[in-house]
Amino acid sequence: MQRDRPWLMRTYSGHSSAKASNELYRTNLSRGQTGLSVAFDLPTQTGYDSDHPLARGEVGKVGVPISHIGDMEALFDQIPLGEMNTSMTINATAPWLLALYVAVAERQGVDPGQLQGTTQNDVLKEYLSRGTYIFPPEPSVRLTTDLIAYTVKNIPQWNPTNICSYHLQEAGATPTQELAYALSTATAILDAVQASGQIPADRFQQVVGRISFFVNAGIRFVEETCKLRAFSRMWDEVARNRYGVEDPKQRRFRYGVQVNSLGLTESQPENNVQRIVLEMLAVTLSKNARARAIQLPAWNEALGLPRPWDQQWALRMQQVLALETDLLEYGDLLDGSPVVEAKVLELIAGAQQEMENVAAHGGMVACIDNGYVKRELVQSHTRRMRNIESGDLKIVGVNCYQETATSPLTGGEESGIMKVDELAEREQIAALQAFRATRQQGAVDDALELLRAAANDGSNIMPSSIQCARAGVTTGEWSEVLRGVFGEYRAPTGVDFVASDRSESKALEQVRERVRTTSDELGRPLRLLIGKPGLDGHSNGAEQIAVKGRDSGFEIVYEGIRLTPSQIARAAQEEGVHLIGLSVLSGSHLELVEDIRNELEAIGCKDIPLVIGGIIPQDDARQLLDRGLKAVFTPKDVDMNIIMNTMVTIIRQVNGLEPLA
Amino acid sequence: MSTSAATQASDLAAAIAKGERAALAEALNLLDDRRTAARQQSAALLAHLQSEYSNTCSHLIGITGPPGVGKSTLGAALIAVWRQRGLRVGILAVDPSSPFSGGALLGDRVRMQTNGEDDGVFVRSLSSRGQFGGLSAEVWPMCIVMLAGFDIVLIETVGVGQREVDVSRLCDTTCYVAQPGSGDSVQFLKAGILEVPHVLVVNKKDMGAVAQRTLSELGNALNSEHPDGQWQVPVLATSAMNGNGIEALADVMAHHHQSLQERKQLARRRRSYQAYWIHKRLEEEFGGFGIDKLGGEKALLEQLQSQNMDLFKQYDSLRQQCCNGEIDKHESDND
Ligand code: B12
Ligand SMILES: Nc1nc2c(ncn2[C@@H]2O[C@H](COP(=O)(O)OP(=O)(O)OP(=O)(O)O)[C@@H](O)[C@H]2O)c(=O)[nH]1
Ligand SMILES: [Mg+2]
Repeated sequence: MQRDRPWLMRTYSGHSSAKASNELYRTNLSRGQTGLSVAFDLPTQTGYDSDHPLARGEVGKVGVPISHIGDMEALFDQIPLGEMNTSMTINATAPWLLALYVAVAERQGVDPGQLQGTTQNDVLKEYLSRGTYIFPPEPSVRLTTDLIAYTVKNIPQWNPTNICSYHLQEAGATPTQELAYALSTATAILDAVQASGQIPADRFQQVVGRISFFVNAGIRFVEETCKLRAFSRMWDEVARNRYGVEDPKQRRFRYGVQVNSLGLTESQPENNVQRIVLEMLAVTLSKNARARAIQLPAWNEALGLPRPWDQQWALRMQQVLALETDLLEYGDLLDGSPVVEAKVLELIAGAQQEMENVAAHGGMVACIDNGYVKRELVQSHTRRMRNIESGDLKIVGVNCYQETATSPLTGGEESGIMKVDELAEREQIAALQAFRATRQQGAVDDALELLRAAANDGSNIMPSSIQCARAGVTTGEWSEVLRGVFGEYRAPTGVDFVASDRSESKALEQVRERVRTTSDELGRPLRLLIGKPGLDGHSNGAEQIAVKGRDSGFEIVYEGIRLTPSQIARAAQEEGVHLIGLSVLSGSHLELVEDIRNELEAIGCKDIPLVIGGIIPQDDARQLLDRGLKAVFTPKDVDMNIIMNTMVTIIRQVNGLEPLA
Repeated sequence: MSTSAATQASDLAAAIAKGERAALAEALNLLDDRRTAARQQSAALLAHLQSEYSNTCSHLIGITGPPGVGKSTLGAALIAVWRQRGLRVGILAVDPSSPFSGGALLGDRVRMQTNGEDDGVFVRSLSSRGQFGGLSAEVWPMCIVMLAGFDIVLIETVGVGQREVDVSRLCDTTCYVAQPGSGDSVQFLKAGILEVPHVLVVNKKDMGAVAQRTLSELGNALNSEHPDGQWQVPVLATSAMNGNGIEALADVMAHHHQSLQERKQLARRRRSYQAYWIHKRLEEEFGGFGIDKLGGEKALLEQLQSQNMDLFKQYDSLRQQCCNGEIDKHESDND
């Protein structure tokens, strides 16, 4: 019987150090994984060396630290790059990481022209969701287009950019928003490549053909399947009508998937397995819109980083679907279904409308700085949170069927998550400093000069970046030169939309009343600073707390992601806040809380009470409370009315007010 | 008032004048606090700083204009220039508050963020509470405090409509920022609805021709002599985002300040802010009726400007007069 070839099965991974990650990759490959998907740590993604002050606590935590060619070489030790298909989740520093990859290939004796793989290289969604941007939008788009133009000419099998709607759904996007913003991004980037004049007109169709997508699939799997069919059709049309691509193969909507993680819960985490499997169906069911590559989150997604066994379980889900079921034996199951067709058309119409809105706001690049798209996303997420609170959106184990027997899964010594080696950061820093001492400074300086010149004169950034990689330049040095030329950027927060919750929900009214009373008793409106310290880009929680806080009657100070402890402490002082609420999901909460407390103490503000929310394992939560934090919130605290009430209570307590009835 | 409260206030005032950030923060919290004890402390503090508000070396600037025109971005660009010139800058940024909950997102400071190391910049946000168009009643008392500790105090109003002009009555130099391509500013200026600012700026110059057109339209619409007299209103184009034209803007603002000083108008102007503030507060509380009771707007403002009294003392005594009047009225009703 004729079976279709299964999709590429990937596990997104990397941690601690290049050496440890290399071992992990080789194990995964031996277990039947068919491609690599590299997770970099936050310093690498935001252009800092491991020994930069901002990297403290983040080195090797959520991905592998890569500071120079030596690290990259260790990462792919005994993995022949000529035969590998490597996907790198890298954006602001994508040209740099690709340059390192090319330089390592050269050292392995592989012709760089043969390399296969993907750089995510979609910087616009970084401003909207993922947070690892560095430069302002315009120069960032230029770096993106440089990488595209370079690979189309020199590494023809490389997927130079992976336009991501995945992260938009994770930030609250509806299916129509996902369609509209991803397609608007794709055209913005292609238009920029065209305008850069780096590609001769007769080769432009090839560029369009190289664009691939990275999509999400949520739990409403019927609608999600339809969304993917809609994507295929809309992309085909854009490629044909906007760019005149004639070859249907070049117009194919090629996409990889990571299924939804935002809906994976901390409460009764075993239920996440069902969710993941159903979501995987959405992207495989329809042969004509089937994913090329899939990576699945693990059942313990909301608890912390997955262990090898958790990842293996996720990989096995894919293998069971591909190898045991009969799915791959049939043609498209949904063609001709009037129900599906109607839904597809509805999604297309909605998406087209929203694409027009984007165009009316100046197009996707302009929409970053004017905040239009970010505001729309935050509003969608606010709606979702309200529906969870009200029970209109049911989540099993969270707002219904909460009762549970004791779980054997989350017991255990490691409390069900991966603990990153505490020594990793120190070892990485020592190794980096040793590496710096051995290189030829002259060659490094020359290469950086070349890079600076290219950045200034507008020539393609790749050749000089590859030169830097060979010479032993570090990630921080490469980025520093470009920071000097392009400047740095801070993206709109999206929380400043007008009119909010008019709903007269009882719970909210009660919160407002408590806020009002307490404000009166303290003589001025309650003020809350929401702080996102460190390199962590997870902004959803902070944004939703900000919006809810405003709706509850608080005056909210929220300045967005990636602030230093000193910026947070000073803002708290300047604004005279009653409470500081930190939001940390990156895992560096212990270090960051310590730093912020020191800063507060240094400026005479140690009496301002602190609470924290995010991914905080129970042991750490206890430690934080012992050290004087007033409360710790985690994803299971979905009712934000309760969170608001708790904060009011804390403010009352520290100010010596009587408890409210 | 007890002597200890008085020494406390004088210590605080001294610390503010030395530029101590913690003291400034404490004072601003105090001025925000409506409880009786806090009001008394505020009054004592302001009494100590009263001389400072006529500290005419420092410069009080108001920046206003429609929503999203780039006031905060422009503020940030100006801060950079002022810091380069060695000037210390205090900012009061006013954001709108939610009509439903009374809460607010204080977003202006996002664009004005500093690196977290610079002691020469201090940003306090406020929500626009009450009737002060585009401002908040706390702005003036807070300005008194900030003027004591900074070379420049910058007020950013909420994105306002054209009629909300309070800021121009409360600062030395008003800067109105116009949006390229919006004919509104031009129309309002012509019709005399838009109060003439001391400096007119068309921001987003990088938008090109459309900014250029608005610039020349505004130039034409303007009767370039300011009603204050002896001041030609400059019309400038800036690009806050690219840092373009900011030096020139800082220069004309400084020039206006200098011109007020040379004409010896600054001290008188500052007294008028106080008079205006008191009048506005009384009007908010007692309406036109209360103002009439105190002799009507004109007489009241004149009286206020001729005295040189502490803010809250002046305010409280007039308030007392109004209240007593109320009681008298009720009593006479009973007769
Ligand atoms: C959505 C998501 C993303 C989105 C973020 C979009 C955005 N703009 O926020 C995207 C896709 C971009 C993303 C990216 C990454 N992610 Co992520 N992500 C998640 C996910 C699935 C959900 C988080 C979320 O938004 N929840 C919804 C909000 C509303 O909930 P919340 O933040 O928990 O907030 C609630 C409470 O905690 C509390 N709270 C939170 N903050 C505050 C603050 C205050 C003041 C108060 C009072 C309360 C409070 O109240 C909220 C209301 O319920 C989690 C796993 C999970 N299911 O929790 C992983 C997770 C957080 N991500 C993780 C990782 C590793 C990453 C990456 C670093 C991967 C990589 N190597 O590239 C990247 C990089 C991100 C970056 N720049 O830092 C890890 C973190 C591991 C760890 N801590 O050990 C997690 C736990 C997944 C995992 N198991 O591996 N991610
Ligand atoms: N093109 C361009 N955009 C600018 C310029 N200055 C500001 N902006 C953009 O205009 C938008 C609004 O800027 P803000 O500084 O927040 O405007 P604002 O007047 O303070 O807004 P409100 O306080 O909300 O009334 C942002 O997207 C800025 O990046 C400029 O000189 N050129
Ligand atoms: Mg503003």
